[in-house]
Amino acid sequence: MTPDLIYGLTGIAVFAIGLVGALCAQDRLRRVLALKLCSVGAGFVLVVAAWRSPPADPDPVPHALVITGIVVMVSATAVALALIRRLQTLEAEDDDD
Amino acid sequence: MTDAAILFDLLLAGSVIALAIASLTVRDMFAAIVLFVIFGLLSALAWVRLSAPDVALAEAAIGTGVTGALLLKTLHHLRYVTGKLGEGPARGLTPTAPVPAGVIWANAAFCGMITLGLALAFLGAPRSGPGFDALVAEAMPASGVDHPVTAVLLNFRAYDTLMEVVVLLAAVIAVWQIERGLSDAPAPALGEVWQGFARLTLPAIVVVGTYLLWKGSEAPGGAFQGGAVLAAVGLLLLLSRIYVPQPAHRGLARWAFVLGAGAFAGVALLVSGGGRVAFEYPAEHAYALILLIEGLVTISIAVTLAALFHGREPVAAPVPEGRNDT
Repeated sequence: MTPDLIYGLTGIAVFAIGLVGALCAQDRLRRVLALKLCSVGAGFVLVVAAWRSPPADPDPVPHALVITGIVVMVSATAVALALIRRLQTLEAEDDDD
Repeated sequence: MTDAAILFDLLLAGSVIALAIASLTVRDMFAAIVLFVIFGLLSALAWVRLSAPDVALAEAAIGTGVTGALLLKTLHHLRYVTGKLGEGPARGLTPTAPVPAGVIWANAAFCGMITLGLALAFLGAPRSGPGFDALVAEAMPASGVDHPVTAVLLNFRAYDTLMEVVVLLAAVIAVWQIERGLSDAPAPALGEVWQGFARLTLPAIVVVGTYLLWKGSEAPGGAFQGGAVLAAVGLLLLLSRIYVPQPAHRGLARWAFVLGAGAFAGVALLVSGGGRVAFEYPAEHAYALILLIEGLVTISIAVTLAALFHGREPVAAPVPEGRNDT
């Protein structure tokens, strides 16, 4: 058993949990949370792909890709949450009428 | 020794999976977000174990810290508009309808097949296969910095990073457009302890953020990690009301948003010509140029992330024109 095997399978499991959550969760906020879990799972697999058994240095290119992915994901999350806030406000106003 | 490390890995992997499941199944939404934050921090710890400290820093600061703050702010807003602010734990805030059992089973089968395929592909793939290690190591002397991840981000694959900054810019434009005319939920009253905490920690956070940026050329750290830590300064200022966004500051904020992308693209184009292509920094100035880009991008990232947290564009009138739904 090596760390790359353990964390690689962890990443796939986290991705699967996120996928199920994104498809089955009813609450909008929880669905965004599930998609974020998917992205962390994908990050796990990429970081594992970059890992080399010590003392060899890991591959820096997947690391850079994951950092880019994290920043893109926070942008997407922010837009999704703004859409949720807007939608919920409009629905609440409709209920008041 | 190795056995103890493997045991730690197994425990950590188990906790990460358990937290992922818990954050999606726990009844209270607030608890779900807190569990997600713990999940993110433990994932960052796992990435440290996989010798990826840069990624771990970015995940802890941006993927967990800023995302957690965004989720909590949205939860507060949703509770406010649905009139459930003072109520106890709630499963969800959006109206729910019963889902047919067939749909659930179809979803489960679909997800199971995808997961099985991914696991088989992962187990069948060559381990520690040929990557870009050799290519990067060969080109390192020409990059101008000593840290491979910074060299990849700011030099070898600078297009990716430029586009990443542009995505951040697009996100803040989109959020300002979406939230236009939306009334903001009143922020929860934070006590005097909070104000004192903010005043005490702010200088330390500024130092840590700047250090991460400066250190990025030779050690883990860099513009994104430093920018996210500095964004925490913005969050603290906004939450403790030490700084309240004014409509008059919009112009300055817009300049700060485009500063990073503009400077990055500008430097990339200015170094081209004379036989060089865009992003091909002259070797003797590479370090200075990378540091200049990183510094300006850091300012942009910090201001943009804080603006994404604040959400609504600061406007003068409580109800601006253009709203015809009343």
